[in-house]
Amino acid sequence: MAKVLVVTSGKGGVGKTTSTAALGAALAQMGEKVVVIDFDVGLRNLDLVMGAERRVVFDLINVVQGVAKLSQALIRDKRLENLWLLPASQTRDKDALTDEGVGRIIADLRTKFDWILCDSPAGIERGATLAMRYADEAVIVTNPEVSSVRDSDRIIGMPDSKTVKAERGERVEKHVLITRYDAARAARGEMLNIEDILEILATPLLGIIPESQDVLKASNVGSPVTLNNAASAPARAYMDAVRRLMGETVNMVVPAERKGLMNRLLRRRAA
Amino acid sequence: MMNLLRLMSGRNATAPVARERLQILLAHERGLRGQPELLGLLRAEILAVVSRHVVLDPEKVVVRMERGKHVSTLEVDIEVPNGLEKSIAVAAI
Repeated sequence: MAKVLVVTSGKGGVGKTTSTAALGAALAQMGEKVVVIDFDVGLRNLDLVMGAERRVVFDLINVVQGVAKLSQALIRDKRLENLWLLPASQTRDKDALTDEGVGRIIADLRTKFDWILCDSPAGIERGATLAMRYADEAVIVTNPEVSSVRDSDRIIGMPDSKTVKAERGERVEKHVLITRYDAARAARGEMLNIEDILEILATPLLGIIPESQDVLKASNVGSPVTLNNAASAPARAYMDAVRRLMGETVNMVVPAERKGLMNRLLRRRAA
Repeated sequence: MMNLLRLMSGRNATAPVARERLQILLAHERGLRGQPELLGLLRAEILAVVSRHVVLDPEKVVVRMERGKHVSTLEVDIEVPNGLEKSIAVAAI
């Protein structure tokens, strides 16, 4: 049975697109058939983060309006044959995206994929509610920072009222994904720690993605971080998160950077 | 260990401040959610109740909410025209 997952946050710039790409790729790396959908009409970026920006011909709105068939708009990843992208429109009016049209596309994708990941635009308006409308589960991306936690708190109740599943009286499973976490700063009391955030948001934790230079390196070259450097700390954290999504029990640890021998020696000398 | 670290870097420990600010703010925001017009509603109902006994200028009824750390205060400021004290006293009995 296909699962529809919305990646949302309220606040912009916290890592929704990065996380959608990484979680999508990680699921595909584990053999699942995955499609990631960019719902950020007018500000599409999932194509760029996935390295497919030059292959976009048709988009979500083209399919909604019947200009293109779904199969024409889907872009297959060049590295993973079971990973696909449905890009957002860069030029069309946001209002061209209709509830009914999105519903039709999601229903169609459900018959073809194991996982459908919806990358939500920032905000709590129509774009964000449409992205979560048909979701079975929600991932709320949060930074350990006051404005991000506040906005997460704002959006965290929405899957319980705005989704079709909730309207049918079913429960939408929700998870918090903490990104840009710096364990050392949290230990020094300079950053909200995991317990603080979870206590405030009262929602189960899906994973902790450490602050890492690997995330920018991966987006620079248009590759999800789990593909670009699978051994890196954020990649391992996303892999763990995906295992939890698939029902495995995985110990919650913050993966640390693995320092090379030279690095360690140099560091020792410097100290 | 964690506490020791916090103690050692007491001046840099801004996270507890962040947590406390968030807790206060969110307790308030969650209370208002679903009823964003709480103050408007209170104002209309208070106005209706008081108007049964006193002639009021609706413009002179002010309802304000102040958020505090442990409690919030609801301030209701109703300006009553002079010469109506008697009828208020009667109404109070």
